Amino acid sequence: MINLPVFEYARPRTLEEACALLAEGGASVVAGGTDLLPNMKRRQVEPRLLVSLRGLSDLSELREQDGGLAVGAGVTLAALASHPAVCEGYPALARAAELVSSPQIRSAATVGGNLCVDTRCTYYDLSESWRQSIGFCLKLGADTCRLASGGDRCWAVSSSDLAPVAVAYDARVRLVSAAGERVVDCFDLYRDDGAAYLGLAPGEILTELLLPPPAGLRVTYRKVRRRGSIDFPILGVAAGVRLDDDGRCTDARLVLGAVASAPRRVRQAEEALEGSRLEPEAIEAAADAATLVARPMDNSDLTPGYRKRRVRVEVSRAFAELAGSP
Amino acid sequence: MTASLLLALLVNGERRELAVPAHRTLLEVLREDLDLTGTKHGCELGECGACTVLLDGEPHLACLTLAADAEGREVRTVEGLADGSSLHPLQSAFMELGAAQCGYCTPGMLLSGAALLERNPSPTLEETKEALSGNLCRCTGYVKILDAVALAAERMREGEQ
Amino acid sequence: MSHAVVGKPLPKVDAFDKVTGRARYTDDLKLPRMLAGKILRSPRPHARIVRIDPAPALALPGVRAVLTGRDLPIRYGILPVSQDEHALALEKVCYAGEPVAAVAADDVETAERALGLIEVEYEDLPPVMSPAEALAEGAPQIHEDGKPGNVHRVAALEFGDVEAGFAAADHVREDLFYFGGNTHAAMEEHAVLASWDEARLTVWSSTQVPHYLQRALSRVLELPPSRIRVVVPTLGGGFGAKSDPFPHELVAGKLAIVTGRPVKITLSREEVFYCHRGRHPVQMRVRTGFTRDGLITAMDFDSVLDGGAFGSFGAASTLYTGALQTTTYRVPAYRFKGLRVFTNKPPCGPKRGHGTPQPRFALECHLDKVAEELGLDPVELRRRNLVEPFSKTVNHLRITSCGLAECVERVVEASGFERKHGRLPRGRGVGFAVSAYISGAGLPIYANEMPQSEVQVKVDRGGGVTVYSMATDIGQGSSSVLRTFTAEILGLEPEDVAVVTADTDLTPIDLGSYSSRVTFMAGNAAVAAAERMRDLVLGAVAEERGLQRDRLVLRGGRVFEEGEPEGGLSWQEAVEVASAARGPLVAAGGYKPPELAGPFKGSGVGPSPAYSFTAAVVELSCDPETGEIEPEEVWIAHDIGRSVNPLLVEGQIEGSVYMALGEALMEEHAFRDGVHRGPSLVDYKTLTTLEMPPVHSIIVETIDPEGPFGAKEVGQGALLPVIPAVANALADAVGVRIDEVPITPDKVMKALRELERGGPGRVGPKEIPQFEFREPVRVEPPEGPGPWTGPVRA
Repeated sequence: MINLPVFEYARPRTLEEACALLAEGGASVVAGGTDLLPNMKRRQVEPRLLVSLRGLSDLSELREQDGGLAVGAGVTLAALASHPAVCEGYPALARAAELVSSPQIRSAATVGGNLCVDTRCTYYDLSESWRQSIGFCLKLGADTCRLASGGDRCWAVSSSDLAPVAVAYDARVRLVSAAGERVVDCFDLYRDDGAAYLGLAPGEILTELLLPPPAGLRVTYRKVRRRGSIDFPILGVAAGVRLDDDGRCTDARLVLGAVASAPRRVRQAEEALEGSRLEPEAIEAAADAATLVARPMDNSDLTPGYRKRRVRVEVSRAFAELAGSP
Repeated sequence: MTASLLLALLVNGERRELAVPAHRTLLEVLREDLDLTGTKHGCELGECGACTVLLDGEPHLACLTLAADAEGREVRTVEGLADGSSLHPLQSAFMELGAAQCGYCTPGMLLSGAALLERNPSPTLEETKEALSGNLCRCTGYVKILDAVALAAERMREGEQ
Repeated sequence: MSHAVVGKPLPKVDAFDKVTGRARYTDDLKLPRMLAGKILRSPRPHARIVRIDPAPALALPGVRAVLTGRDLPIRYGILPVSQDEHALALEKVCYAGEPVAAVAADDVETAERALGLIEVEYEDLPPVMSPAEALAEGAPQIHEDGKPGNVHRVAALEFGDVEAGFAAADHVREDLFYFGGNTHAAMEEHAVLASWDEARLTVWSSTQVPHYLQRALSRVLELPPSRIRVVVPTLGGGFGAKSDPFPHELVAGKLAIVTGRPVKITLSREEVFYCHRGRHPVQMRVRTGFTRDGLITAMDFDSVLDGGAFGSFGAASTLYTGALQTTTYRVPAYRFKGLRVFTNKPPCGPKRGHGTPQPRFALECHLDKVAEELGLDPVELRRRNLVEPFSKTVNHLRITSCGLAECVERVVEASGFERKHGRLPRGRGVGFAVSAYISGAGLPIYANEMPQSEVQVKVDRGGGVTVYSMATDIGQGSSSVLRTFTAEILGLEPEDVAVVTADTDLTPIDLGSYSSRVTFMAGNAAVAAAERMRDLVLGAVAEERGLQRDRLVLRGGRVFEEGEPEGGLSWQEAVEVASAARGPLVAAGGYKPPELAGPFKGSGVGPSPAYSFTAAVVELSCDPETGEIEPEEVWIAHDIGRSVNPLLVEGQIEGSVYMALGEALMEEHAFRDGVHRGPSLVDYKTLTTLEMPPVHSIIVETIDPEGPFGAKEVGQGALLPVIPAVANALADAVGVRIDEVPITPDKVMKALRELERGGPGRVGPKEIPQFEFREPVRVEPPEGPGPWTGPVRA
């Protein structure tokens, strides 16, 4: 049995209380625990204090707001996937949630947890003794990346299924700390640095995912992995379009997951589609643009070359699906 | 070692009070403190489903649940699946169809199956596969397990009528 | 004759305990004052241990003992020819993950902390990670006292005149294949609990081989076997993973002796990956000569096995890669050259099918290519070459009952293979393959003339029957098989028969649950014991009650003269009569296979008292844009002699199909930079419910003359044909050949791109390591079939 490292535990009753505890430093929030606890068992993180969010029932609420939806960070992926308002207005988000790992993980894992899920790397996501055997890595314990020799940046992969979809829906997130709160674009939550992949200030908690009204934006999500469960994405494609009455694309979204340390928005692909009627040529141009920017590394499953080529297939299929369905 | 937390857990309908260190998982508490060793472990990292238990009726991984976070929720393990001396229909079906070979994944499978049948009395094969997709088995190829869930569902529906 | 219990789909002996959580596995056990044991493992793949200092760990409060290699210096190994392992590395480490020290402490946390305090200084040596590297000139020597070039084992045998066979061929084809390594990943992580009482050591362990574990404990701990009791609690799956004695078992025994307290060690999943003993990666070359009618004239088969760091079962594995090719097809002349090489990886060993899935993959893919070349249907090519029942192969293997032809026809019929092959739309295909497997090895692991299995039957004064056998139920249902045979013979309900197994104090010998031997061997022993008990009781009843012995039968819990069920007496009364007349009601039976080894060195591997036969068809779809493969349906026909319990038989077949699909499509024990690439269940991919297709199992019964109630093996053989059938189906679906396992989407796409560019559309090895084999030992083919001895029970 792998035991957890020793820590203290607090279950605050209010968000203020939680923020105050986090402000002391060395603390980590725990909600579903499905990302944090394995990381702790592998001694990737060893917080002094775990602040459980289970006492904050507000965080598990999902409500309509300004024509859109405000999803509490504590809403579980299972709840998100089956919520009528989500299935109705943001089906790709429900789909992405449904595709995360296994049913057991989804009944515990939360929206906030998946948006903040740790970046992954096959040189990193193993026990401490395993990491010791390779001399540790840039993400933790060493000053070079094992993947790119002499590399001075961490290439661990963004592995959230919700993030690309949330970005495609132009979602924002609410961040709260003892110092106050702010709302930022979901896209700006992420940094393309596997080690410091989140733009969260110390002590800050992600409390809400804010989805604007879809206003005709249709999004789809495609996920590539080796098996249908207990697996992380090795490619995620969130694609979206708004079409005018003429069937012309006025607005496109393409966000790739699992090809970089942050969700990768492909503006060139979006531009290639805007103004088109999603004809095969336009889709092909978008797929080309996406393939160009995707730089999968040899730190995930299957070969990087395969994953790069797969981007073209999945992007094409995503937009073809959007073109084919009203 | 930090001070222990005093916890009151509701396990299989019994209220259990105990003092455990904060870093104890529900899996460890069930197996080591409460001697409920029916809940198994195959990885302790959330990758196999052997430790599946029900929290408020939903399947959860005991290895990734802090014991402290199980407070206030109804915990159900394989030991609590039978109603007294009468087995849960899933248990009978697993026995009759040979769905347990080495038996190590069986408790987790039963609980994932029980959660499924609780919310969906007539699951399709695809729905059953989806519901059990977080439970790895190396013996059976899942065939008899899926058959057993279907048989139990049928009997439970008949029992309702 | 119809049976009352044999052949019925009855729940297993342990079904109730397993569905209620009552079954106690090793890690579920707890003893008063029990300590937690933990093992420190090498982070280096190849290094000399310059210094090791346990003192700082010993100084930690709560630590009761620390062991290093010097505390357990005696070498051991499962095979007498490969006594090359240490419980804890002594002077050097040979793979990342090899145990170097161990701790017993008051709790797991303390033990864990103590591991971090043990000071080990390593001097790195260059790691050798593949056979090519190991064989290269100037390669570092992993075992300094071993053969040069890191060679572990070499075999070179020739049966009949192979060159003459090739000279007589109209077509000769040669292909190269590679089978990547994979592992068992049984759901239960290995665990052991040891307890010492000043004179005797008791070890509860998740082992498939209590007898061999007792021997290894005796050797390494220098205790007579009579002072060691090994007990196997409920076992959470094996597949060969738990059939070697392991360091954690020896270490727990030693720690219990040193501390005087019980010690439990439960491995983490990562450690289980380091225990390994899984499927050898094998590089293969197969060359076959055919007449234009498709008859095999000669076959030449080479294999190079990547053995990992130690011997394990490897000497046998090497021979198994060459032994069973001839058990499905008539091969008039056959040459085999096998080589096993040490590398700095966890040791490979026996996994379901032990050494035979790799060559079977190669052979069956090769035959499909031959069929294409000859313009023959792949099934027809096989039909023309199938072995005959009651025949002998060119390499001296005795075939008894054989339902291979029936398996072929039934699976082809059920799947519609002939209607589908080459005719399905692009992206969908069917593949076919056949195989054979042993029902237990003809020879025991260590040379001896004693029975390989013994069973005792005791009758209680209340009429209850207890069967005692060391046979270890690893989930396959062997305890239920023993109960079935006993109940059948004594005319009782299965519930009247208790089964006590896998305890060296309580039960008579069984060599272990490996090589598909238990139903056949322990089964035959149980039949012998139960028949003796029947004869004892019926003899006494006949005498005491003046009934005709030869008319007496035991049926439905009664003893009566055939045809007069109203007369006679109840089993309970019969037991009282017999006990009064004859004293203790105890009977024993044993089984030893007939002498089957051929007249050559290396003939110990391959012979079996009976072989199971299998034919399979896999239908799959493959997306030509992504290379993703979805198995759609599997049909599999298995000649197992007699179906003792169809539920268990189907379960074994379905499980074999599942494991084979995993090996074919995703399971891979991969290494990078000297270490395991991903020793976890998320990195080591296995099929979930979502990938598993429907399986149509067809049970073929041939009633083997030497099997118990005619039964042969089930559980390993059914894995073999599925892997090549996947590769053959893929070729049918999209026209590419992936001549290596696993067949992953990236390989499929690579082959498809090559095909588009006008290439052959193949991914697979282009060469296999060169090795100067000695001139093969020439063995003359056997003269005629036989001998037929009938059931051999002691």
